[in-house]
Amino acid sequence: MQIVLFHLMPYADLDLEAGRKNGTVWVTLPNANFDPEKGHRLYNRYLDELEYGEELGFDALAVNEHHQTAYGLMPSPIVTASALARRTRRAKIAILGSALPLRSHPLTVAEEHAMIDVITGGRLISGFVRGIGAEYHTFGVNPTFSHERFHEAHDLIVRAWTEPGPFAFEGHHYKHKYVNLWPRPFQKPHPPIWIPSQGSKETIDWASHPDRRYPYLQTFSPAKVVQRYLKSYRDTCAGYGYQCEDRQLGWAVPVYVSSTDAKAREEAKAHFEAFRNVFVRMPLEMLLPPGYTSRESLKNVMKAKAQMFGDVTLEQALELGLFVCGSPQTVLASFRKYWEEMRFGNLLVLCQFATLPSDLTRASMERFAREVMPALKALG
Amino acid sequence: MPFTEQLVEVDGCRTHYRRGGKGRPLVFLHGAGGAPVVLPFMEKLATRFDVVVPDHPGYGKSDEPQWLENIHDVAYFYLDFLARLDLKDALLVGASMGGWMAMEIAVRDTARLRGLVLVAPAGVKAPGVEPADLFLLPPEEAARRLFHDPSFAEKRLAAPMTPELIDLQLKNRHTTARLAWEPRLHDPHLPKWLHRIGVPVAIVWGAQDRILPVAISSELGRLLPKSTLHVIDGCGHVPQEEKPDDFCDIVFRFAR
Repeated sequence: MQIVLFHLMPYADLDLEAGRKNGTVWVTLPNANFDPEKGHRLYNRYLDELEYGEELGFDALAVNEHHQTAYGLMPSPIVTASALARRTRRAKIAILGSALPLRSHPLTVAEEHAMIDVITGGRLISGFVRGIGAEYHTFGVNPTFSHERFHEAHDLIVRAWTEPGPFAFEGHHYKHKYVNLWPRPFQKPHPPIWIPSQGSKETIDWASHPDRRYPYLQTFSPAKVVQRYLKSYRDTCAGYGYQCEDRQLGWAVPVYVSSTDAKAREEAKAHFEAFRNVFVRMPLEMLLPPGYTSRESLKNVMKAKAQMFGDVTLEQALELGLFVCGSPQTVLASFRKYWEEMRFGNLLVLCQFATLPSDLTRASMERFAREVMPALKALG
Repeated sequence: MPFTEQLVEVDGCRTHYRRGGKGRPLVFLHGAGGAPVVLPFMEKLATRFDVVVPDHPGYGKSDEPQWLENIHDVAYFYLDFLARLDLKDALLVGASMGGWMAMEIAVRDTARLRGLVLVAPAGVKAPGVEPADLFLLPPEEAARRLFHDPSFAEKRLAAPMTPELIDLQLKNRHTTARLAWEPRLHDPHLPKWLHRIGVPVAIVWGAQDRILPVAISSELGRLLPKSTLHVIDGCGHVPQEEKPDDFCDIVFRFAR
């Protein structure tokens, strides 16, 4: 199994009360709540944590893109990945992902990812996402064109990476007279492309298609939901007439390890609950603007609204498998059990979440890396 | 005056419309919420007009055509719709999103139009005036903001929700987003061409509109200098529902 250290870079100094009062830390929380001096310390702390991840033996360091929110301070994960490119030597750098439909010019993604791939000598893992619903509010991009723009931008980027230029690209949303990428990517035919998703049939059908076989990552969902979607991916591959490899499946989950189960829960509780109940929270209208999902999916979410939008305690989250927390033995046993059920070839662990401070983050990373990771890497 | 329901195919789009009454044609273009039922103001208008209430492409019981990508597509569609039904000398009454459509139609061609009644229309951005964000308001709050008299909103919120109504609302909301997400509820190019509207224009606005504030009417008046403005006091965003008698009187007087 490949183990990835995943970071969201949240604004850990957030005034939680301000976040709660506003109902969400996305889109509308006034940016007066962001203090650039605290931001300066946080960015450098988080970059240090990611670099430490390489030292601890993680296979890859992963960053992602979110806009205008305290949830994550990486409107451009490419900036973060660039900062890591020259400070790391071995670990892969995963951008999970760049939000393609938000770009008016997706060639910039092709170019910038290619730069990182060339600078690092082929250590880039590319990831493509549509951006979450809230980002269609902050960016103004029409969510009813989200899928079309995603597919078209993807096609443009992959062609730009692989086909000899210059050539012309005539899409419906994107039109370019000259596509002629300098630099071309280091990896052949191009960097691996991973597809993080909250789970949707359309995405699974597309990612698992024999032409692509892109690794699919289920992000921050109850274990049962993760299992359902990963199984659905496998079934879809079988439907296409090939067997899914474990490396095509991944799970991104927050993790906390301490000396004992009781201590782990006690240390993580406030921070995890701030993550789930303040940083993640947003109203339905913000999460799922019209057209972002099919209307059928939207109706299902509306039915599950009370469950999805209510508060969740740490204890409930552990029960749901939304969070993995405990002693190294407990965490290892949990992941073994989950792995036996799901056989994911990639595990993305979120070792820092919400307000979790530096000392606890590092201690948890160390315990995970030394006492859990080696046994997990040996699986599969 | 009974309304009948009909379907007509225009530009490959099966278009559902209601029609009732006798007289000169009046086409009512509904707002973002659609026109799922015959309302008292439609009945009253039908005492003097041949009232046609289409579901826009992508709304209500009309198809969602592939070609529907922006408000301009709707404008050309309606020019074809007017021709298909051979409506002549028609009064075009558009509310909110429908008012925007009426303007987009009229800047292109007024040959089949006698005049325009714009009811709290979207379509034009007024400097310094911020409309409500339809796409972020929770549904209950949106319903309350539509009306000045809270009893209208309470009545609407108390009405039972059927699965069919939910489907209809999601469909209407989807198309509204497609047409009006960005730029939000307006077309920055529209003001350049409003001078092309040569037929008479009446603008009707609720003084207490909390969706598209009445202040927008000044900007619209500046762009359409020959238009007449009728502000109804004690009224929110939907004068035709909240003050149907005042609203119909304005339409009747305008048509004379």
